[in-house]
Amino acid sequence: MTIATDLGTKVELTDERKAPSRLSAIGRFARRNPLGAAGGAVIIVMVLVAMFADFIAPYNPVANAFDRMHEPPSLENWLGTDQYGRDVFSRIVYGARTALLVGFASSFVGATFGLVLGVASAYFSGKIDLILQRIIDIFMAFPLIIMALAVIAIFGTGAQNVIIAITIPFIPRCARVVRSSALAIRELPYIDAARANGFSHTRIILRHMIPNVMAPFLIMITAFVGQAILLEASLSYLGLGVQEPTPAWGLMLQGGAEEYAESAPWIAIFPGIAISLAVFGFSLFGDALRDEFDPRLRSL
Amino acid sequence: MNLAKYLRAASIIAVGAAVAIGFSGAPGQAAPKKGGILNFVVPDEPPSWDGHRETTFALIHPFAPFYSLLIKVNPENPSSPTDFVCDLCTEMPTPTDGGRTYTFKIKQGVKFHDGTPLTAQDVVASYKKIIFPPEGTTSARVAYFVMVDSVSAPDDHTVVFKLKYPSGAFIPALATPYNFIYSKAKLDQDIRWYEKNVMGSGPFKFAGREAGASVRGERNNDYHVPGQPYLDGFEAIFSNKQAVRVQAIRGDRAAIEFRGFPPKSRDDLVEALGGDITVQESDWNCVLLFTPNHKKKPFDDVRVRRALTLAVDRWDGSKSLSRIAIVKAVGGVVFPGHPLAATKAELEQIPGFWPDINKSRAEAKRLLQEAGVSDLTFVLSNRAVDQPYTIVGTWLIDQWRQIGVTVEQKMEPTGPFYARLRSQDFDVTMDFNCQSVVNPLLDIGKFLSTDIGNESYGGYTDRDLDKIFEAMNRAPEEAEQRKLMRQFEKRVLDEQAHSFVTLWWNRIIPHRSYVKGWKISPSHYLNQDLANVWLDK
Repeated sequence: MTIATDLGTKVELTDERKAPSRLSAIGRFARRNPLGAAGGAVIIVMVLVAMFADFIAPYNPVANAFDRMHEPPSLENWLGTDQYGRDVFSRIVYGARTALLVGFASSFVGATFGLVLGVASAYFSGKIDLILQRIIDIFMAFPLIIMALAVIAIFGTGAQNVIIAITIPFIPRCARVVRSSALAIRELPYIDAARANGFSHTRIILRHMIPNVMAPFLIMITAFVGQAILLEASLSYLGLGVQEPTPAWGLMLQGGAEEYAESAPWIAIFPGIAISLAVFGFSLFGDALRDEFDPRLRSL
Repeated sequence: MNLAKYLRAASIIAVGAAVAIGFSGAPGQAAPKKGGILNFVVPDEPPSWDGHRETTFALIHPFAPFYSLLIKVNPENPSSPTDFVCDLCTEMPTPTDGGRTYTFKIKQGVKFHDGTPLTAQDVVASYKKIIFPPEGTTSARVAYFVMVDSVSAPDDHTVVFKLKYPSGAFIPALATPYNFIYSKAKLDQDIRWYEKNVMGSGPFKFAGREAGASVRGERNNDYHVPGQPYLDGFEAIFSNKQAVRVQAIRGDRAAIEFRGFPPKSRDDLVEALGGDITVQESDWNCVLLFTPNHKKKPFDDVRVRRALTLAVDRWDGSKSLSRIAIVKAVGGVVFPGHPLAATKAELEQIPGFWPDINKSRAEAKRLLQEAGVSDLTFVLSNRAVDQPYTIVGTWLIDQWRQIGVTVEQKMEPTGPFYARLRSQDFDVTMDFNCQSVVNPLLDIGKFLSTDIGNESYGGYTDRDLDKIFEAMNRAPEEAEQRKLMRQFEKRVLDEQAHSFVTLWWNRIIPHRSYVKGWKISPSHYLNQDLANVWLDK
């Protein structure tokens, strides 16, 4: 690239001064965080599988085929069949959709509500902060699964209610983390300047505070997706999540998987592996993102 | 059918059932030993503790041992639909007044668990609650006693039932194991007291309950049958996961589950425990139904309802599902094998039982198109119990998928499931007709109009159907009853398409061989007071 100077000369910019391309940024991220990159690869594969499930799955995941019950893995059924004769591979492929839908929806909504609450709590401080934090304390006193079970008991089962059940316990967790970052930002001079200029609270929160706590927010989302997938699987396993015949990994571990654990172990093993891989992938990627965004860790 | 003919027909069934039952052991041959605690697993918890109101094994298994009945099935011969013995009465009565009056003498000296005496007044108060439930209460067995005109106690030791007409169905109805005898004083105090409390005169006293975990009973030393019960007590352990229940028996945490396991679990237990496990099997007077809500569109249209049954391949389902679930026999509204049941040829005339499933499904699609709902979508309400509800529900959804209908399944625990049934807040629901004594004339009361059949949840009123039921119960001859039964069946399953039968159940009870004295019957409700059960340890 060439630029003209005010002296009439032309200066050639070297490659070193060019903005790094996205590809090279990803390459650097992968070199610095090989495990995180592996996690990211798992997530990409999972997203692709979910998007193109119709083309990847060889069978209809809900179609019963009683003449093929409990078939072990073979060329025809790569991961075997379950007690209804359904193809386990096809159900795992479609199950990725359920996992990602529940995972992303609940973590995004939960983290977003948490972001707004956390920033508002830090910005207004005083009694509002006190009350909000005590309410958050109450919610955080319950383990994730207990909280989700309570919500399911109120709203009932089904994919939509599972998303709500997982979203609610995420809100206080994200709010607490975001608040701690927002407390520091609130004391910075540009926030004082915004106040002195008479900007509204909404404008200060939305334009000046929230953009500056995006790093912990994104890290929380990534961490939540893995937790949400695990929670969805747990609820489905307990019979409180999505229901048959919907393809869902946790549901695949329930019922027949338990009953036929000895004679047809593939019914339980492969969905178990899928859950582990997905949670592992999101955890590694979340950790790597945290390291990347945190300058203290990056310098180590 | 007159009583003699009924008894003859029933005896044929009893012999058939006995032959069909595969006993791999010989329960109850040695002299009973006293002592020990029987641990058994129960797949669910009851919505309430009132036997008159409930219809589920979840109530009978943990709570029947706390109560006495007026009469009961013979615990030594529980498969017989005609062998009844006295529990609180002194002898089985001979009807008088042309079969319209039954007089029972009540045992003297019987005490409730709180020490108060049990008299004929308590029996009458209990039966009045069952037969003529006061406003604000629910009785699941009103339809069983349509022939009863009055019940009274001329003195403290005599109970008299007066019937509107002679009926061979009356005595089996009396022996229904849900007819717990309650304390009149408690009922007078609060007619719904027994929904949340226990106080009977049965072989065991209530010793405690831990919500979601267990119910415990301890021996009633004042029990009115000398020498019984043999056990020191029992613990009913709740677990809705079948794998857990099987493992409980395998690990000897529990000795038995009285409801039934699928063939695979039986095979696993036998393979693992060998001689330590005994298996009892029987046909089962229990069937899963699916019922559309007639008050909801588009299920108010008989074409839509008929399409739902036409999509279901019961003949193939029987072969497939019997390998993984506790269902097996294809039948109509009557317990298969009973003289009043439809033959295979008769069944094949009914939509949903046609031998050619492709023709059947083509007709289903045509009906849906004609009704303007070829892309029908609905929610199937189902009970969150593994066997056989989840499996049959999932199978049905696949059957409907094949005519282009999309169904979402909503599974709920027993309490909320019943609440939804009773409030008729569903599109289509899984439903069941599980009866105790095989007594088709009354067992089909399930299908009557909603305002008559207290267990009928479809939200329909069909007076023509009710009339056929009434005529059948008054008909003296079996041939006439059979003819009327076919009309009844055709109206329910075809002409009006009110509610639909899926597959009849098959009962398999693998239990620890040290459990003695308990014998299987074609119902998981019968013979559950545990008075004659003992442990050979």
